[in-house]
This record gives sequence, structure tokens and C-alpha cells, in this order.
Amino acid sequence: MKDTLHIAEPVIEAKGVDLVFQTGDGPVHALKDVTLTINRGDFVSFIGPSGCGKTTFLRAIAGLETPTGGQLSVNGLSPDAARQARAYGYVFQAAGLYPWRTIAGNIKLPLEIMGFSRADQDARVERVLKLVDLEGFGKKFPWQLSGGMQQRASIARALAFDADILLMDEPFGALDEIVRDRLNEELLRLWAATDKTIGFVTHSIPEAVYLSTKIVVMSPRPGRITDVIESTLPRNRPLDIRDTPEFIAIAHRVREGLRAGHHDEI
Amino acid sequence: MRSILPILTVLCAILVIWYGAAMKLNAAWTYDQAARAGTDPTFVDVINDTMAQERPVLPPPHQVAKGLWEGLTAQAITSKRSLVWHGWVTLSATLLGFAVGAGLGTALAIGIVHNRAMDLSVMPWAIASQTVPILAIAPMVIVVLASLGITGIVPKAIISAYLSFFPVLVGMVKGLRSPDGMQLDLLRTYNASTAATLWKLRLPSSMPYLFASLKVAIAASLVGTIVGELPAGATAGLGARLLSGSYYGQTVQIWSALFAAAGLAAALVVIVTLVERLVLRRMGVAR
Ligand SMILES: Nc1ncnc2c1ncn2[C@@H]1O[C@H](COP(=O)(O)OP(=O)(O)OP(=O)(O)O)[C@@H](O)[C@H]1O
Ligand SMILES: [Mg+2]
Repeated sequence: MKDTLHIAEPVIEAKGVDLVFQTGDGPVHALKDVTLTINRGDFVSFIGPSGCGKTTFLRAIAGLETPTGGQLSVNGLSPDAARQARAYGYVFQAAGLYPWRTIAGNIKLPLEIMGFSRADQDARVERVLKLVDLEGFGKKFPWQLSGGMQQRASIARALAFDADILLMDEPFGALDEIVRDRLNEELLRLWAATDKTIGFVTHSIPEAVYLSTKIVVMSPRPGRITDVIESTLPRNRPLDIRDTPEFIAIAHRVREGLRAGHHDEI
Repeated sequence: MRSILPILTVLCAILVIWYGAAMKLNAAWTYDQAARAGTDPTFVDVINDTMAQERPVLPPPHQVAKGLWEGLTAQAITSKRSLVWHGWVTLSATLLGFAVGAGLGTALAIGIVHNRAMDLSVMPWAIASQTVPILAIAPMVIVVLASLGITGIVPKAIISAYLSFFPVLVGMVKGLRSPDGMQLDLLRTYNASTAATLWKLRLPSSMPYLFASLKVAIAASLVGTIVGELPAGATAGLGARLLSGSYYGQTVQIWSALFAAAGLAAALVVIVTLVERLVLRRMGVAR
């Protein structure tokens, strides 16, 4: 599998994507002329100030919003066709576990809907619980778990059905720094183990730099891409890579990009 | 123990007021009788008489208790004079009406949530149906169905369902719509069908709403059944007891039937509450 990573194979392609919401107080230009290619096996972070359209872009990729202009394709299909082909797993900002289902039951939800066999369901639940380090918590109900554990369970739910794209909207936004570091490490490990293409929204510069192979800097009103940074960091990243000059240089460039976007606006 | 004290206090207050009212209201008849007989009763005589009249305006609590007890135990429960038998007649129609009403309310709610045309058309009619006094509708239903040869439990159950579908409809529409945008979007990312969304998200989310409305609905079912037993001709059921009691001025019988109905309603609501607790605990969401 690793060999194929070196051949750039586009999975998500956006060309001049525009998205305008019609609201009560007039149109809101959430995305303007967004052009971006995400290749198989990429880990792409979207970073930018609040309201710059990160969530909207991720939802457009997922087929939950429809662009008003431009072209967007996922696996060569329209986002809606890709959604119907169950091409991706989506992790929302809130864990959103069903309180009336156990953790195992929650992870089974997509499997039941997609018609996996009973035995396969159980095997998959075991496997993804191990992946997110929640072995033995399958029989617990969500309220018996901490916020970080719930978020991990929701990631397990998105991993359970083997979609090769994982879309995550600020999955760790509500967690403290230390838990976040642990989950970031875990996410990298998981990404290496599963070979997925990941789209990841965050507000944190270190998080974006630490996780990504590609960092997309966005700016608001109208939401657009101001910089795309290809990371030069190796794929294998211990937490203390964050103290290396290389890391700090990339973080600096991201910060500059954010600041530039801010200047345009004022 | 702490919760018992306020309840007992209220109960005592009710009993005191009730006895007071019974003495005052029944005294008129005592004085009438005395005047006719030319006697001059003492205050104690009057009090004693108001407590033990044959047909008091307001029977005191102990007479009602005695009437209720005798109604329940003094004869075989299959006897037409047994409150147990009348209670069962009422209960069976209530349960049938409740089942039909709850099913209808839930089915309409599912339709309303999934179909825009139903959303716009059903609710106004459902509300209108509840603004028509049930006392006006009940005799028509009974008479029309009787002319078609349908008598017994079914007409009463229909009236009962007519009253009980509404709270279930209102509660279930709200319950089925309670999942938020994120929960619905999650299922969209799985490309879940409408049916899967209903079974796996909307129905489980609506359980608390369902049970809240079932408690209202079961009480409404009982009221509907009793109203259905009032039109002339009915000889069985608590409603018929109420009516025949009022024909013959048997106030003790009226009040006994009334309390039997109240007890039945309370028992039914308690049962719904217990089922609710069981279901929510099984779902893991009971606190
Ligand atoms: N459903 C909607 N209807 C109307 N306007 C919307 C809708 N969703 C988003 N918007 C608008 O589109 C713009 C981009 O919103 P979006 O949620 O994508 O921002 P974001 O970058 O994710 O912000 P945050 O970091 O705060 O999550 C905002 O101005 C927002 O008000
Ligand atoms: Mg957002």
C-alpha cells in the first residue's frame, strides 16, 4: 500500500467552488473560488478564523451542502453520489453518540444501516475499539465515559465501515491540551495503520502542523483559500517533533497566512 | 416518611371540608323532615342524621367508603351489582380505545413528520376534532353504530380512541422531530433510508415524549369510555352506574362509581409510569 502513496492519485478535487447561502438578511458568500486537490493518503488540515467556511467546505465534500458554482468531485463522483456510495466517515464536533445505545451499539449503527452481518459487526466493533484504545468499553453507555472517550468512540464509529476518506470537523475542539495531544498521536498512528485520506478542521496551528501533510489556510468574507502548505515533516512524527526548527518554520508560515487573510479583511 | 406528611395533611383538610359540607348540605332535608313530623331536633340529632341519610345531597366520606367497599366485595364479581364487574366493562373498552387511539396518534404523527401534505392538512383537523364537545358526539356515535348493529364494547372504544389519539399525536410529532440537525446529518452520511432514520433515530428519540402523552391519553380514554356509557340504554360500566345513580337519586352509588373511576384512572396512569421507567431503563437513559 505504502508504494501507491508516492503516485499522486486525486481523491477530492475542487475547482472554483462557490457556495452562497441565501439567508433572511441576504446572501452569505461562504466559499469563493475554492480550488484544491487532495490526494489519496493525504492528511489535510483546514485552518482559519471562525466563519471562513471550513465546516461548509467539509460539508460540501460530504454532500451535505451543495455548491452553487464550480466543480467538486470525490473519488471521481459527485459528492452526493460519493455519499450514497458511503465513501467517507464523518466525525462531527460533538460526539453525538445515541444515549440509548451502548458504545458498541453506537459503533454498530452505521453497520446495521449498511447491512453488515451480525458476526462481521461484532468483529468490526472489536477492531475499531482497539484502534481508538477503548477496548472493554463496548458495554458502557455514553454517559459513563469522559468527553475525550466519547469523541474517540465517535471516531471509532466513523472508522467501522472502512470508508477510505475520513472527514473530521474540529473533533478535539472541546478537549484540553493534554488529552488533545494524546488523541493527536493516536490519530496519526491510526492514519498510518489504515492508510486513509483525512480532511481535518482545526483552530489550532500546532495541531494542524503536527498532523498534516498539507495545510490549507483560509480567510473569511468571502471564505477562500489564502495558502496551501505542503508539509516537509516526515510521516512518522513523535510529539517532540514540535520543538524542531522545521516544525516551527511551518507553524510560522501558517501564522503569516492567517495574519495576511486577516489584513485583507480590514 | 417526609413525603407522607404533606399528603396526609392535604387528605385531612379534604376530609374536614367534605364532612363540613355534607352536614351543611344535608341538614336542610333533616329540618324538613323534622318540621313535617312536628319535632324539634337538637343540634346533635341533626348532625347524626346528616351523617346517615338514605339519599343525602352530599354523602359524607364514610358512606361513600362503605358504598365503595360493598360495591367491590358484597357480591360475586360477576354480579351486575358489583363495581368490579362494571369496572371491568369500562376498563376493557378503555384499553381497546387506548390501544386504537395511541396507534392512530402514532401513525398520524409518522405521516405528518414524513409527508408535507399531511403536515399541512392533518393537524388542523385533529385540533378541530377536539374542539367539538365529546358529550355531543358520543350519543351520535352510539346511535349510528347501534343502527348498524354494532353495540357493546366497540362504540365506546371508538369514543375513547377519539379522545386519546390527540395527545399522542401532538406528543409524537414533537418527539419524532426532536433529533437535531447533527444527528440527522450523521445518518445522511451513512445514506440511511427514511425507514432506518425512523427506526434508529426518530422513534427512540421520541420515547420520553410518547410516555408523557400516553399518561394523558389513558386518562382521556377512560373519560371517553365513561361518556360513551352515559347515553340512555347502557346498563353496564361505571358510566351506566353514574347515570342510574342519578336517575334514582342514589347519591352514594354515584359517588362510589366516581371513586371507582378515579381509582381506575390512577391505577392506569401508575401502570404507564412503571412501563415508562422499565423501557427507559432498558434503553439506558433512565436517571
Ligand atoms: N446553513 C447555513 N445557512 C446560512 N448561512 C450559513 C449556514 N452555514 C454556515 N453559514 C455561514 O457561512 C459562513 C461559513 O460558516 P462555517 O460554519 O463554514 O464557518 P467555519 O469556518 O466552520 O467557522 P467555525 O470555525 O466557527 O466553525 C458563516 O458566515 C456562516 O454564518
Ligand atoms: Mg465550523
